[in-house]
Order: sequence, then C-alpha cells, then structure tokens
Amino acid sequence: MAAVFSGAPPQGGPGYSFSQTPKAAPSGERQHGFYPYTDNGGSTLGISGATFTILAGDTRSTSGYNINTRCAPKLFKIGGEGPDNKGARIVLSVVGFAADGEALKERLDTIVKMYKYQHGKPMSVSACAQRLSHILYNKRFFPYYVHAILGGLDEDGKGALYSYDPVGSYEREQCRAAGAAASLIMPFLDNQVNFKNQHVPGSGTGHELQARVAVPLPQPAVEGLVRDAFTSAVERHIEVGDELQMMIITRDGVEETYTPLKKD
Amino acid sequence: MNHLPQAWGRPRDDVYGAYDPSHFQNAAPNQHTQSPIVTGTSVVAAKFKDGVVIAADNLASYGSLARFTDVKRLRKFNDEVVVGFGGDVSDMQYLDRLLNSLDIRENYSNTESSLNAKNLHTYLSKVMYKRRSDFNPLWNHLLIAGLDGDAKPFLASADLLGTTFSSPTLATGFGAHLAQPIMRRTIPDEAAVQNVSKDDAISLVKECMKVLFYRDARSMDKYSIAIITKAGVELTEDERLENQSWAFAESIRGYGTQVN
Repeated sequence: MAAVFSGAPPQGGPGYSFSQTPKAAPSGERQHGFYPYTDNGGSTLGISGATFTILAGDTRSTSGYNINTRCAPKLFKIGGEGPDNKGARIVLSVVGFAADGEALKERLDTIVKMYKYQHGKPMSVSACAQRLSHILYNKRFFPYYVHAILGGLDEDGKGALYSYDPVGSYEREQCRAAGAAASLIMPFLDNQVNFKNQHVPGSGTGHELQARVAVPLPQPAVEGLVRDAFTSAVERHIEVGDELQMMIITRDGVEETYTPLKKD
Repeated sequence: MNHLPQAWGRPRDDVYGAYDPSHFQNAAPNQHTQSPIVTGTSVVAAKFKDGVVIAADNLASYGSLARFTDVKRLRKFNDEVVVGFGGDVSDMQYLDRLLNSLDIRENYSNTESSLNAKNLHTYLSKVMYKRRSDFNPLWNHLLIAGLDGDAKPFLASADLLGTTFSSPTLATGFGAHLAQPIMRRTIPDEAAVQNVSKDDAISLVKECMKVLFYRDARSMDKYSIAIITKAGVELTEDERLENQSWAFAESIRGYGTQVN
C-alpha cells in the first residue's frame, strides 16, 4: 500500500516553502501537475439473445483502495420521456472514469431525445450506436476515459449489443465484458456464450474434432451466466462488489433489477 | 480519495514516476492551479431520518503550518442546503462568490421554489467538471448536504475531477479513511438511515471529528457543524471538541523519547 498516492511534497521538487523552488527548468518533457482522469473501478457486461439483450454492472464506486459508495449505477436508460426515461428501449453502460461516463450518458441521452422530437420516431439502436461512436471520436484527443456498451433490440426485434473503446471504435457482438474485471469475465463468456474451446463429443481427435456451434441462448440461461460471472468476479477483484444492477431489454420494454453482491 | 489534498488529481507516482515540478517557475501570465496552497482538511457528513448533519473544522493549513484558525468551511446556501469544502481555500472562496451570484440570480427570477440540495449538487458538479476539462481545476472536494425536491435528506459529493457520488454517510480527505468506517458501522445503507435520530447523527459526527483531531495532523479542535432539516439550517461555527481523552497516547510506542 506504500506507493499508492504518496501525498508528500515531491522529492527534489519544491516543498511547501517557496525558497526551495528550483531556479532552472529541468530539461526533458514538461509534465502537467494536474491529471484529469481517475479510475472508479467496477465492471460491466452485456449479452444479446434472440429476442432480448441483458446488460449488467456492479454498483461499487472506488478511488484507490477506498469505496466511495456502494450504490453508483453504471447502467443508464437512453431516450424515452422525461428525466426518468419512461419508455426507453436503449441502454448504455459505462465503466472507467465515472465523471466522463456521466457526461457521455447525458450527451447521448439528449441527442436521442432530440432525435425523437425532430423526427417524430424513436432512434434505432444501430443509428444510436453509430452516433455514440462519433461522440467518442470527436473527443479523440482528450477522450472520454470509458468503455461503453450499448444494448437494445434491432429492427428485426433481435437482441443488439455494441461495444466501444474510449476513442469510438465499435463493433456489434454477442457478448462483451468491460471494466476492472473484464479480463476475468470475458474468457468465461467466450466459453459459455460463444462455446469457444467446446467440441462435439465423439467427433474424433485432432483435425477431425468439430467445434460446438454457438446458438443464441434462452433468457434464463443468460441471466444465470451474468450472475455467475459477477459472483466470481467479486471473489477475485477488489473493485467489484456491493450490488448487481441488471437491465433486460425485451419487446415489452426495459426491466431493471438490483440484487446483492458481497460487500467485502 | 487520498487524505492529502496536495496529491489530489496528480498522476500517481507509482504509475507515472516522480512529479516534475518544472512548470512552477515559468512566469507566464494566466497560470492554472497546479497544486493547492492553503488547504482545509476533512469534511464529514451523515444522513438521519429527517435530515443531514455535516461538519468541518475551522483550520486552513499552509502546508504543515496551521496558518488560519478561524476559517468557516461550511457554507449555508439557503434554508435547505449547506455545502462543505475540503481542499484549497482560495478556490473555496471563489466558489462562495459563485454561489452568492447564483443565489442573487435565482432570487430575482420569478420561480416559485428555491434551489434544493440536488439542484445545487448538479450545478456544482458541472462547474467542477468544466474546470477540470479546461485543465484549470478548482482544487476542492465538496459535500453537498440538505433536502432534495421531495424534502428527503440528500447528501452527495463532487471533487476536482467532476466525479460525483452519493451515500448515506460521506467524508472527504483523511475522513474517508478514518471517519467513513466509523459512520458506516451505524449507517451501513440507505435503509438504516430511517433508524437514526437527529441526536444519534450529531453524536456520531462529533465522535468522528474527535477521532480526526486525534489522528489528522492538519486538523483542529474548533469546528463548524450544521444540521439541515425541514425546520431549516442550524449552523454553529464555534463548536469545540468535548471529552477528549489522550490516555491512549501513553500506550503508543516507537515514536518520541521513550527508550523501551
């Protein structure tokens, strides 16, 4: 714990007394005293099925080894009516620097609401997904330090899930984990959702071996995977825990649930 | 959050290497705050069933020097909001003037209701986020305590990066390490707030101020405390720590002049 945030006056730099201020400028690159980012921890994940999309995230917010709060949602409804986003059909999850996440959410939400106001119809998920990419890329040189996942239903009513990097590269996927425990959850999802490293029993050995074909999973199975992913991540990552926030998007709307996770 | 405001917002030494202070003597006009100078330490606050208690001591430190001993770090905004300031004192005074002008503007406009704690928190967090995005941060960690639009207790924080969060108990700086665990013991979650009376919350916060005075070297035994309920704001700015017991100091070994 020793090296984390040593708040003492910097070694070799000016202390609290002005007379210690160095007289000559050190050579090399100039470093700013203010770093505008921080990591608020936490993890999110999304899985899309044939008729639904599930997004999930824990509600812990951290800075360093401190827990800021046990209830800071990372999943936001986008669009719909009013400040409560009534009737929204798109969900955004953001993990990374929470202040940027909040700013990103607010920009996207305003855009989607303005779209409906101007065009008289709700924005499609694919359009919203591309717009989100543009918002992120527009700040390419001072990025929103977040990993975003956008979920909804596409024009055919199938589950749609888009994942982003902080500068706007995006892709439609079946499943994606992001945030602090992404490296713990993503391999589990590869195996259980896309059936990676699974083979048809008795199909032979070596090159004969046939990979098990991935099919969209039923909703109860996916809910089970999400819970398993998070209970496991909580065991092995200190920045994940407290509560599991889930949003299930179906043709009937968005259902939001909170279930307890370990608080240690 | 680290308990030393000097470290707030800085790149972590263990990740980015030691801090390069070369910009300090660049006598260019229009310098941005690169580090806080005169600082206030922790602010602690806790919700109870009809309101919020918030406290901060009256000390403004210049590094390790206890420079100003009568600085009020709790600011009453109106009859339902109090803001507590940790970090740089000049930035606090700037925010104070900003809130003054906001209050005047609001009172001249013909809206029926005044700004509540939730409104003020949104406003302040946007100010903080804008300033950090301009690389010209206000070096503070704020707690906003009061009542929300439904007259329910409201407590939330905003810091120099624009990060915001809300919790039944909050503490900035050193208090995040020392006071938060004590307060979470009685108020672990939002549901527990209903079982906490005004007197419970006041004694809890006062206990935290005492622990902080014992262990935080940049703290003082004179502090301000405010209680916000539907009845209004009770703000006391010259409270003194009571029932101090330094008996524990006898048992501390390894520092000072003892030989064993």
